[in-house]
Amino acid sequence: MFRITKKESFTKAEAIIYRLFGFSVGIIFSGIIIAALGYPVFKTFISLAEGSFGSSIAIRNTISFLIPLSVTALGLSIAFKMRYWNIGGEGQILMGATAAMGVSMVLPSGMPGPLMMLSMLVAGFIGGSIWALIPGFFRINMKTNETLFTLMMNYLAICFVQYLYFELWRDPAKKGFPGIQDIPFRARIPYVSGISLAILAPLIIVLVVYFLIKKTKLGYEIRVVGESEPTAHYAGMNVKKIMFVGVMLSGGIVGVAGAVKLMGSTGTLSSSLGGGAGFTAIVIAWLANLSAPMIVLVSFLIAALEQGAQFIQVRMGVPAAVADIVKGLILMSVLGSEFMLRYKILFGVHTASKKLEERASVDPTMQDSDPESEVVEDSI
Amino acid sequence: MKRVMSMIVAVLMMAGIFAIAGCGDAKDAKKDEVLKVGVLYISPEDDGGYSQAHAEGIAKALATYGDKIEIKKLESVDDADVEATNAAIENLVNDGCKLIFTTSYGYMDPTVAAAAKYPEVYFSHCSGYKYSGNGYEGKNMDAYFGQIETARYLSGIVAGMMTETDQLGYVAAFPIPEVIRGINAYTLGARSVNPDVVVKVSWTNTWFDPAVEQASAEALLADGCDVMAQHQDSPSAIEAAESAGALAIGYDLTYTGAPNAYLTAPLWDWGTYYTYKIGQVLDGKWEVENYWGGMKEGVAKLDALSSLVSEEAKAAVEAARAEVTEKGNAFVFAGPIYDQNGELKVAEGESIPYGDQMGMNWFVDGVIGQIPS
Repeated sequence: MFRITKKESFTKAEAIIYRLFGFSVGIIFSGIIIAALGYPVFKTFISLAEGSFGSSIAIRNTISFLIPLSVTALGLSIAFKMRYWNIGGEGQILMGATAAMGVSMVLPSGMPGPLMMLSMLVAGFIGGSIWALIPGFFRINMKTNETLFTLMMNYLAICFVQYLYFELWRDPAKKGFPGIQDIPFRARIPYVSGISLAILAPLIIVLVVYFLIKKTKLGYEIRVVGESEPTAHYAGMNVKKIMFVGVMLSGGIVGVAGAVKLMGSTGTLSSSLGGGAGFTAIVIAWLANLSAPMIVLVSFLIAALEQGAQFIQVRMGVPAAVADIVKGLILMSVLGSEFMLRYKILFGVHTASKKLEERASVDPTMQDSDPESEVVEDSI
Repeated sequence: MKRVMSMIVAVLMMAGIFAIAGCGDAKDAKKDEVLKVGVLYISPEDDGGYSQAHAEGIAKALATYGDKIEIKKLESVDDADVEATNAAIENLVNDGCKLIFTTSYGYMDPTVAAAAKYPEVYFSHCSGYKYSGNGYEGKNMDAYFGQIETARYLSGIVAGMMTETDQLGYVAAFPIPEVIRGINAYTLGARSVNPDVVVKVSWTNTWFDPAVEQASAEALLADGCDVMAQHQDSPSAIEAAESAGALAIGYDLTYTGAPNAYLTAPLWDWGTYYTYKIGQVLDGKWEVENYWGGMKEGVAKLDALSSLVSEEAKAAVEAARAEVTEKGNAFVFAGPIYDQNGELKVAEGESIPYGDQMGMNWFVDGVIGQIPS
């Protein structure tokens, strides 16, 4: 006996209060679980914070989690703006990294480092965009379901990289162990006072995506296509072309995330290179309401949570599964607060269900019907 | 931009709360006399297999040294994800660990990198080939593993005696030397008592995925195998044998969940090694080594034979046990050994040298299966 409607607006103060409230609810619930399992609650949360920000090692780890998450989410957000559900981030990361890896293997080893890195980044972009354009082609021309198609492309990419790992690119120097060689040392993204310069990737890409969406004609067209494809048609836009370019950019940026992770962190390719970032980034993009600067902020928070959750295992001896529960509860509560912020729940009798009840009181065959149905009037 | 600002404010407030809370913790952080020992596990500590065997070893060492050491652990760290492994090791170092055991092969290169970065921390990596003086310049990294092939060989004797179809099934994780060595040792043991036996191998390409492991075992059982063995981190293959009314050899740990299938298992007793190595650091006598103990040292052993094992099979195991224990892998891989193509690989009177065992990438005669080239 309630219904959900979108709020017309909310104030800055409301936004802060709701989010803090959601965060606190997550802390309280995970605190209850931690206490029930016999761990000291206060100390566990202090370790969580200490693990995310409390030392230079912690901050470095948080940043290294932040980079692939934010770049991937930025890439995905372009597709989401068009209401093109690109769930294939994980595969696009892998194929971006694969293309970069391949380029590093064929380029002459005497090539200057910066030029090699640039070629690998371009290859990463191309690799990711091709992987995104395969389902994109079918969606644009044949109206296939891109959600399922992009999702399945993830598993294809994982299998393909496993094939490279165990067979085609297997490094004979590994004494019979499977594995692909490391990229040349000169292709590694350097560190400056302990911080990887890979941090430049999200900083640059956030500006690119922000201006693309807000200030360019293409960005405007992408937004219009997202609002309504027919409108875009009537306005004389070439929807197919816009979608093609949008999907290409989306997959390309995600591919760059893979190349950056290869060059800045892992140094070699394996099917675990994505590390789930392609999926986490979907949540990040929506939590940030597809706003580019917000994506970087939200990525930072999620990365901190990820890193902190690992640290409480070390510091407090909390099992991995419980750390995951804490992570999940906090994330879910924050997601819940976003929902509460944007929507309101109206209690009381809905006019339609009232009529239903009136009829039910007259007609005994109607007794079974459930008037407590949710009505979502406006999604997103 | 307003919403961005409000988000920033919210973030700063949270960070502020944490910072205030964090200050209170600094006082009780100093407990330097205790040696913090870090352990990295690839699966949950209670996976009923590989990681549990390591965890039980660590628990033994803890029981020996009591308050002198403190264990810091990270479970379920994907060893193919370099970034996750790096972060995990950094977290252990950050919490003050001075000795870190990385228990899976894939942790090798990140362990080398961390050892170079933190020369004051001792690292010990399980099942790889890089350590100080061999693929790494510094002085603070060990390698350790054991001659589990000795126990594999004895378990092969049990299987060779117990099979009626002369077909043994083997669910195997990855085509890497460690797993290949195990399959070969098992086959050699089985064929030492029953020359007609063949061992059928099914690759799962995962260390720990109970559903996949079970499906592989079921396929082998359907194919005529009546004794299962496995090189996996879960006991799913044993359970598959139990449901199919077949027999099974375990791995890593005693398995009590399949009373009608379980024969025995090659077991790790890591407690021997961990007690020894932690003792070195406690006494300030760390020595770089490539530890490779076997049944003689007690790191590898064969589980007590279950009541399902026939008297003849028991006698065959006992006949071989003393020599296997004494001579270790040199006995297991003593010639003549033929490969799958019938080519003589090891002549009579010779044995496969250590280096070739570490890089083993061929199957002995009697194995039905392929190693991707």
